[in-house]
Amino acid sequence: VLTAEDKKLVQQMWEKVSPRQEDVGAEALERMFVTYPQTKTYFPHFDLHHGSDQIRGHGKKVVAALGNAVKNLDNLSQALSELSNLHAYNLRVDPPRFSSQLLSQCLQVVLAVHLGKDYTPEIHSAVDKFLSAVAAVLAEKYR
Amino acid sequence: MVHWSAEEKQLISSIWGKVNVEECGAEALARLLIVYPWTQRFFSSFGNLSSPTAITGNPKVRAHGKKVLTSFGDAIKNLDNIKGTYSKLSELHCEKLHVDPENFRLLGDILVIVLASHFGRDFSPACQFAWQKLVGVVAHALARRYH
Repeated sequence: VLTAEDKKLVQQMWEKVSPRQEDVGAEALERMFVTYPQTKTYFPHFDLHHGSDQIRGHGKKVVAALGNAVKNLDNLSQALSELSNLHAYNLRVDPPRFSSQLLSQCLQVVLAVHLGKDYTPEIHSAVDKFLSAVAAVLAEKYR
Repeated sequence: MVHWSAEEKQLISSIWGKVNVEECGAEALARLLIVYPWTQRFFSSFGNLSSPTAITGNPKVRAHGKKVLTSFGDAIKNLDNIKGTYSKLSELHCEKLHVDPENFRLLGDILVIVLASHFGRDFSPACQFAWQKLVGVVAHALARRYH
């Protein structure tokens, strides 16, 4: 459960990252496709080369959704409800592995790359909890 | 036997060559205990683990972190026989330490994040791939002798 302190840290981190938000999404996705090739199976219709417009565009979507989550930390379930439906009924991405581990790991690596030492253990912990909470909401309606 | 391409080996050793094993090891272990607090169950003899600051400054945590990462160095020197390298340690973690192997995966992921924070852009996607592969292989080898 996200404590008040966790929420503050997540918001702080998000502010630090906002000038580079657009890059963060694309970078996280690219790292995910390179590091965990099995994730490419969900994007057979995408050009997955480095710098592809589709990765860039999709990265923006992912970051916008996360930004929305950050603004609604007290009510993630409601804020992500549409996305939760989409993932459960349409996309049917394998929930435990995909959202919670692979993309989360890649997002955190990108944050660590951009923030360096500023990606402190406290922020790391809050972000890990936040991304787990987001993943749990996205998986809520799977069955 | 795990196959390592020449590029993967190069990516691993070029990062490893620049790693301060004591600092990185301490940081990775501290983060494990902070981000996944249940892992503190294995370290009840370590003293004060009551806050992130206490954990980060705890000398036993630092010393043990250094030990753990030094052993990674052995794996890197023996990429073609990681199984053999970790055989005894695997038995130890099972029989004496009673550590759920899931924790090895958690530590591996944390190590990758620590490296990313230290090396920034130099920790390229290809680098991440090689290192995630390495931590996965190490975790697997450590779990291999469990019974």
